[in-house]
Amino acid sequence: MSGVGDKVKGIKETSRRQFLADGAKAACGAALLGIGAGFGASQAGASSQVFLRPPGAGLDSDFLASCLRCGQCVRACPYDTLNLAGLFSSTATGTPYYQPRKVACEMCEDLPCIKACPSGALDPGLTDVTKARMGLAVLIDQETCLNYLGLRCGVCYRACPQIDKALTLDTQHNKRSGKHTLFLPKIHSEHCTGCGKCEQSCVLETSAIKVLPRALAKGELGHHYRLGWEEKAKKGESLIPEVLDLPDRMPEFTPPFLPEVKP
Amino acid sequence: MKLSRRTFIKANAVAATAVAAGISLPEAEALAKEGDQDIRWDKAPCRFCGTGCSVLIGTKDGRVVATQGDPDAPVNRGLNCIKGYFLSKIMYGRDRLKTPLLRKKNGTYDKEGEFTPVSWDEALDTMAAKFKEAIKKKGPTSVGMFGSGQWTVFEGYAASKLFKGGLRSNNLDPNARHCMASAVAAFIRTFGSDEPMGCYDDLEHADGFVLWGANMSEMHPILWSRLTDRRLTAPHVKVAVLSTFENRSFELADLGIIFKPQTDLVILNYIANYIIENGAVNTDFVGKHVRFKKGNTDIGYGLRPEDERQKKAVNASKAGGNVDISFAEYKKFVADYTLDKAHEMTGVAKEQLLDLAKMYADPKRRIVSYWTMGFNQHSRGTWANHLVYNIHLLTGKISEPGNGPFSLTGQPSACGTAREVGTFAHRLPADLVVKKEAHRDFTEKIWKLPKGTIPAKPGYHAVLQNRMLKDGKLNAYWVMCNNNVQAAPNLNVETLPGYRNPENFIVVSDPYPTVTAMAADLILPTAMWVEKEGAYGNAERRSQFWRQQVDAPGEAKTDLWQMLEFAKRLKVEEVWPEELIAQKPEYRGKTLYDILYANGQVNKYPKQKIVDGAGNEYRSAEMDHFGFYLHKGLYEEYRIFGLEGPKKGHELGTFDDYHRSRGLRWPVVDGKETLWRYREGYDPHVAKGSEVQFYGNKDNRAKIFALPYEPPAESPDIEYNLWLCTGRVLEHWHSGSMTQRVPELYRAVPHAVLFMHPDDAKERGLRRGMSVKIASRRGEVTASVETRGRNKMPKGMVFLPWFDARRLANKLILDATCPISKETDFKKCAVKVERA
Amino acid sequence: MKWLILRRTSQLMVLGFFLLGPLGDIWWISGSLSGSLILKVLPLTDPLVFLQTIFAGHPPADMALAGALIVISFYLLVGGRVFCSWVCPVNIIADCAAWLRDKIGIRGVLFFSNSSRYWLLAMVCGLALAFQAAVWEMINPVTIFSRGIIFGLTGAVVVGATLFFFDLLLGKRGWCQICPTGAFYSLLGHLSPLKVIASGREQCDQCLACYKVCPEPQVLHEPLQEKEASPVILSGQCTNCGRCIDVCPQSVFTFGSRFSK
Repeated sequence: MSGVGDKVKGIKETSRRQFLADGAKAACGAALLGIGAGFGASQAGASSQVFLRPPGAGLDSDFLASCLRCGQCVRACPYDTLNLAGLFSSTATGTPYYQPRKVACEMCEDLPCIKACPSGALDPGLTDVTKARMGLAVLIDQETCLNYLGLRCGVCYRACPQIDKALTLDTQHNKRSGKHTLFLPKIHSEHCTGCGKCEQSCVLETSAIKVLPRALAKGELGHHYRLGWEEKAKKGESLIPEVLDLPDRMPEFTPPFLPEVKP
Repeated sequence: MKLSRRTFIKANAVAATAVAAGISLPEAEALAKEGDQDIRWDKAPCRFCGTGCSVLIGTKDGRVVATQGDPDAPVNRGLNCIKGYFLSKIMYGRDRLKTPLLRKKNGTYDKEGEFTPVSWDEALDTMAAKFKEAIKKKGPTSVGMFGSGQWTVFEGYAASKLFKGGLRSNNLDPNARHCMASAVAAFIRTFGSDEPMGCYDDLEHADGFVLWGANMSEMHPILWSRLTDRRLTAPHVKVAVLSTFENRSFELADLGIIFKPQTDLVILNYIANYIIENGAVNTDFVGKHVRFKKGNTDIGYGLRPEDERQKKAVNASKAGGNVDISFAEYKKFVADYTLDKAHEMTGVAKEQLLDLAKMYADPKRRIVSYWTMGFNQHSRGTWANHLVYNIHLLTGKISEPGNGPFSLTGQPSACGTAREVGTFAHRLPADLVVKKEAHRDFTEKIWKLPKGTIPAKPGYHAVLQNRMLKDGKLNAYWVMCNNNVQAAPNLNVETLPGYRNPENFIVVSDPYPTVTAMAADLILPTAMWVEKEGAYGNAERRSQFWRQQVDAPGEAKTDLWQMLEFAKRLKVEEVWPEELIAQKPEYRGKTLYDILYANGQVNKYPKQKIVDGAGNEYRSAEMDHFGFYLHKGLYEEYRIFGLEGPKKGHELGTFDDYHRSRGLRWPVVDGKETLWRYREGYDPHVAKGSEVQFYGNKDNRAKIFALPYEPPAESPDIEYNLWLCTGRVLEHWHSGSMTQRVPELYRAVPHAVLFMHPDDAKERGLRRGMSVKIASRRGEVTASVETRGRNKMPKGMVFLPWFDARRLANKLILDATCPISKETDFKKCAVKVERA
Repeated sequence: MKWLILRRTSQLMVLGFFLLGPLGDIWWISGSLSGSLILKVLPLTDPLVFLQTIFAGHPPADMALAGALIVISFYLLVGGRVFCSWVCPVNIIADCAAWLRDKIGIRGVLFFSNSSRYWLLAMVCGLALAFQAAVWEMINPVTIFSRGIIFGLTGAVVVGATLFFFDLLLGKRGWCQICPTGAFYSLLGHLSPLKVIASGREQCDQCLACYKVCPEPQVLHEPLQEKEASPVILSGQCTNCGRCIDVCPQSVFTFGSRFSK
């Protein structure tokens, strides 16, 4: 009896192990699947989040080829601007990024992040931080921008390290108040580094000015067209000199109501 | 280097935590838009600068939950600057003081004790005992008060009565002393009456604007918006901006002039010379309305008498002295200031100087000159003010639309409270002064006090108060509605030793634990802004009233409540000599509260319902407590000074009219505001046919003062080789006690940084962002270097904002003042900068 | 127990040095196991990560190359998979999982052939080449785990737990069997001079204690059992962990040179 009993017990034992093992298999597979799903989800939810790379990172495709994910640039950043992407981050894990709304790039003149990079993923040829192009600021919502509403905010403008170059204020008469000015922020892509001080400092609940990767932010003019006035200014004179211009026939005495048009 | 930068940030983080403790949770965010229909809206002026923008306050369930610019307000038409945008958050910092705190050890007051919560009775009893003790020991000059241009008109008036009429001490001065005392002194000396003749409407009339040491772009943002609009919509308009460094106002400048510190005096005299030499003097105007004076020179720097610079100055004790001269003598005097000399002394290009002089000289160009601290915080501040009046008087460009000198103010009621109510150590309401017997007599009559109650000698001014505290001559001291430890110059040497002097008892009333509060012995928690009924007077003589919108938190009480309750604890026998009481035996046994406030005048208006146009009802905490309409009583008594006082042209409207209006510009006569003073047709006091009357002076003439250039008290040398200028930024107001508690403004500009020319930085081995030590002969602070950004410094000059409580910029400043106005020169002293 | 303790000390010290910076503001070493700089002078680079950037088409930078060469030279000298047993923090997880697995008697579910890790290594390089990016680094649990610990990222916990349960339930030391980083170091191990030697194999009483603890038991067979073969454990897959030395009651094993007899 006892022998049979042992046998039964033994069988039970084995089947229980088998069962446990099978279950474990399933659980593990599920866990892996879950991680994969999490990955996918985080990628999908990434659309509203923008990650900026440190100065000198270049295009993301190049950057992902060259970055060692060592984190030395993150450690070198004196303002704790840079972070390493985590596992579920929508940007490649282990790569450095910053989100200017949290901490913007302070544009250190000595570029400690680039100096710390062993792989050249951050271009060591970049020595002038004003030439860095981490992104491009875009005044994304003119409806809530206090300056567009006529208030005297301009916090982004004064926070800009390239003030009056990357960010200027266009002035416009405030028709509603009749006696005030609208100071309209305007971004100049030839100077904007994308440091994000503007986005960080915006006093709205959600920033009206945001830094986007340049590829996302910048338009491109048709290659077939030139801006006539700029070409003329570049050359210093008309591109087609010595054009004949005949005088207009006018009555002997110019009537006073004809406005005098100056060239 | 990296390490030092990191440690610097760590240190900042620690300090930031302290500030963060005070940062309010964004509770106001809870003001969901769908709840808007339950919000009650009422008007109030903005709490910050002297522009006087009007806002509508949205209250719900006893809290201010929203604000909006008043779209119909003439000043701002619904707009605000970024500080005004956050007004609804300033009252809700997490570290609002809600109970009185007294330094105690083992249950009793001790100068070295810890701040311990006490009842209001204990607080006020202790305080009253200390004040009485001081008066008993050393007389009334041993007590004093430092007030504010942020006080409401009612508060300033009540304080003036309490100290000058009750405690018989003229040691009452406002922080406006640091702000526009130089403008006050010069307005009074030149025109016999304080405050500008023009108004903001000048902004839409002028053909040219000249900014003398005023960064309007940041400090008066809404006015700047109007000025810019004028420039934009009328292309002939020219804007000249003068400063010792390139600030944000240079954005708009057709003529941007950077001059060497202190040499604005040279430029001003050069312009006068140019006007005379080129026949641009309005001889008719000058002949009829102007006379000439020569002021004393070599007048010292308002330093302590034992200072060498003070001893050397010949006229240190006669700074205001002057003699009559002729136009010919004046002409000769300014003839010295040639273009060559001006160029050489100021470092400004000759073409620029010429352009500027031509702007003023052109008879067809209407010009407004604006200035703030660049002129006023100047060791020759009164002179600088005079010299700009000279130009306007020589050309007759004054007191008419688009023409005039206009001093802007930095505080919401620098004009309304500090100047009009006269809370300065030498003043009484409506342009009266303590020195003149007739003025004292009139005041005593209105206040129903015996003759001789108000002392004739001016009290201690702001800087002198700190010196006297340190010297143990001022022993019981009340600081209300300001943050003077952070604001005043030379903190280490002059301010703190006085506050911590064991002989002294210091009381600070404030809504927040400011640096000043922490230096006190007793802190009184105070209601702020719309937690009380109030009235402010802005820079264009516009008085604006508001009703109490919400209650103060916890045990916090209004300034008025504090002063009146304090007065209840002072018996007349304890503070007045017998001979004075003998004149009014009916006052025997009474308290100062009975004499000053329950005097049949102030308590004339019984408890009443306060209702706005829409029928909403409002509380008045003071009315509930004292049983009468205190604000109305104080105001209507104060109004008598303008209506019946010896100095004409100060008529104010009635209390009820102000509550109904969006502010009125005085003099208010026959139901009309006055936009331009001293000009026939605009000003009711100017006689028909006389065109212009500067009726503040008996002969109806304004005075042109011949005053030279004199060097500043301290200039850079080999060791301290840089000029330091301290000042403000748009995002923060004054010491930052309110704006640094608004999370968004804190994030926008968290720290004060040292603006510096890149070459100056390089020469010292510094890089942007590095932590540096800025040291003067008086102390040092640490900040990080900024070589780019909003201010572009010339070589040899650095700028450090003073809003940041973690780096008390003004401790570096020498306590040198304009000897006439007693206003400190915060714009120039010598410092050195090295790596921290 | 001696070698085990030394090994754990080594593993923890490596992490400890990296954590000194962020926790104690002592920056003797900055970066992570993927790449670091010691005392601001000596660069170290994970050679496999470096290799991926090369396959991804990125020209090698001096600093990274120097770092990789230093690391390669070091492991060539002391034994390729010394990284696995003395440095890699995943090893702690693998050991714990293996111990627990034996304790509660879970049997293997997945078995990997000895060559699978090399296939995976090839795949890693192929991925980099194909996508022109260090694709493997997006999921490489070894670097994610170590970097996660050093930089305080939550990914470390997730990856650590996954590895633990993977090893516990699916296969004894399952991850280490296929890890491409280990594979890379195995290649170096084939050439390194420092080896474990079954020098006292005559005393072996076949108690199998060494087989039980050895993370790569297949490497033991030849040197221990085949008398004609060299007693040196020549396989690059040996991690030089020294566990066999610790547990052998007969003191069969010692560390020594691969050229010893």
